[in-house]
Amino acid sequence: MLNAYNILETIRMIQDECLDIRTITMGISLLDCIDTDIDRACDKVYNKIVTKAGRLAEVGQQIEKEYGIPIVNKRISVTPIAMLAAACPNGDPVKFAKALQRAADTCGVNFIGGFSALVHKGFSAGDEALIRSIPEALDVTQNICSSVNIGSTKSGINMDAVKLMGQIVRQTAERTADRDCIGAAKLVVFCNAVEDNPFMAGAFHGVGEPDCEIHVGVSGPGVVRAALTKYPDASINEIADIIKKTAFKITRMGQLVGARASELLGVPFGIVDLSLAPTPAVGDSVAHILEEMGLEMCGTHGTTACLAMLNDAVKKGGVMASSTVGGLSGAFIPVSEDAGMIDAAVDGVLTLEKLEAMTAVCSVGLDMIVVPGDITAETISAIIADEAAIGMINTKTTAVRLIPAIGKKEGETLEFGGLLGSGPVMPIRNKSAAKFINRGGRIPAPMHSLKN
Amino acid sequence: MRAVVTVIGKDTVGILHKVSGICAEYNVNVIEVTQSVLQDMFAMIMLVDISDINADFSKLVDSMDSLGQKLGLSIHTMHEDIFNSMHSV
Repeated sequence: MLNAYNILETIRMIQDECLDIRTITMGISLLDCIDTDIDRACDKVYNKIVTKAGRLAEVGQQIEKEYGIPIVNKRISVTPIAMLAAACPNGDPVKFAKALQRAADTCGVNFIGGFSALVHKGFSAGDEALIRSIPEALDVTQNICSSVNIGSTKSGINMDAVKLMGQIVRQTAERTADRDCIGAAKLVVFCNAVEDNPFMAGAFHGVGEPDCEIHVGVSGPGVVRAALTKYPDASINEIADIIKKTAFKITRMGQLVGARASELLGVPFGIVDLSLAPTPAVGDSVAHILEEMGLEMCGTHGTTACLAMLNDAVKKGGVMASSTVGGLSGAFIPVSEDAGMIDAAVDGVLTLEKLEAMTAVCSVGLDMIVVPGDITAETISAIIADEAAIGMINTKTTAVRLIPAIGKKEGETLEFGGLLGSGPVMPIRNKSAAKFINRGGRIPAPMHSLKN
Repeated sequence: MRAVVTVIGKDTVGILHKVSGICAEYNVNVIEVTQSVLQDMFAMIMLVDISDINADFSKLVDSMDSLGQKLGLSIHTMHEDIFNSMHSV
C-alpha cells in the first residue's frame, strides 16, 4: 500500500537528489543491412534505424510525463560497424558514420554507439579499415560514439591493436583540437567489452543479441549519498546495507521504465544496467559518496576499499530489483564527469595510478581522463595495455577513454560542457614504453587456476 | 489505474478546490486525500483513479503543472506504479 512517507521519499529523490533514468538505449542489429555496395548499405542502415527508433524519443518523453521521472538520454546502439564494413572493402567506412549521424538527427537521439570493431584476437576484414577511419569519423560527426575491444580473458590482449589504438586516440584528439579534443571523449578502448551496454561511449549491439531490444541505464549517486548522510556513525556493514536498499529502489525505477518503454515500442526488454553514473552537477557525484563514507578526499588511501564495497553493494541491491541485469553494472568513475573527482584531480590527490587501482574493483576503467598534449602514441598504448591487463586477469570489463589535451600541459583544463564536464590535465610518467609497445604480437590468455 | 497528486507549498484559500476541480474536468475520481497545514506550509497527497480519464494522462500532468506555477506550489502528478515498484518487493 502507498504511504505518505514513501511517496515523499520518491519525490525527494527526484527533486533534490538528482535521481534520474540516465538513458533508454535501443539496441538494433544491422546484420541484415550488410551489402557489398557501401552506399546501398548506408541507406539500409539509415532506414532500419529510423524505422525501429523513430518513436524512441517521443516514447521517452511520454514515460517522463507518466512517472514524473527525468529520462536524460535517449540513445541507440548498433551492431559493430566493422562487420558491415567487411563486406565492402573498397568503401570508406566514414560513410557509415555519416549515415548513423543522419539517423541520429532524424530520430532526435543523443548518441548512436557502435562505430566499433572487436579485435581481441586479431583483425578480420573491415576491422583495420574501420579503426583507421575513427579519427575522421568522430571529427565529421557529432553524436556518434566509437569503441574497440582489444583484449579478453579468453583470448588475451592483441598488442598490435593496442599499438594502433594509441595512435588512433592521439589522432582523434588532434583532429578535434579546436573543439577541446572532444573526438577522443567519444572513443573507448575495451577489454572484455559487454554486448548489451546501454552507456556511451562504449555501447554497441553484440551479435548474440536479438534484432532489436530496449536497455535502461539508471543513475543515482546523489540518492546513495543522501541516504548515507542520515547515518553518520553507522559501521561499514550497516553502510553496505543502506547502499543495497537504496540501489534496490533506484533499480526498480529502471525496471519499471524499461518495461514500459518495451511495451510502448513493441520491442523486447533487454537489461537494466545498475551503474551509478555521476554527472558534473552538484550532488550527483560518486566521489562524494566515498567521501561520505569517511575519506577526506577521493583518491586518498582507503579509496579503493570504499569503492570496492560501494560497487559490490550496488550490485547486490540491484540484482534483486530487476528481472534481467546486465551491461556494465557497478559504479562509474569518469573523472571529468564527476564534481568530486574533478576537485580531487585538481588538488593532486587523485592520480592516474590511484585511478588504475580503483578500476580493478569498479565497473569500468580509466574514464574521461585528460592527459598532457605532448603524450606519445606509445605511452597511450602502454596505458591501454596496463588497463586491459587488469581486465583480462580479473575477468572483468575494463576500458580506457583518455583525452590527450593537444597544445595543453599539466595545470590547464579542457572544458567539454554538458554531461561530459571538464577535466584538469593529469600528470603521467615521463619514461618511455615504446620498445614494449612496438614489439607487437599478443599477450596470451591467462590461466584460470592457481589464482593468487 | 491510479495516480498520485502531491501538492506542497505556502497555504492559500482554495488549493484543494482548484486541484480537485482539475480532476473533475478530466473525469478523474478522487479516492483518498491526506492533507495537513504546518506553520503556513500546505502539504497534500491525493490518490486519484485515472481509469476513466477523458484525455491523455500527460494533459492532466500539464494542467496540474501550470496550476502549480500559477499558485507558486510544487505539484507532482505521477502514476502510482512508480511508488509501488520502488517501495515494495
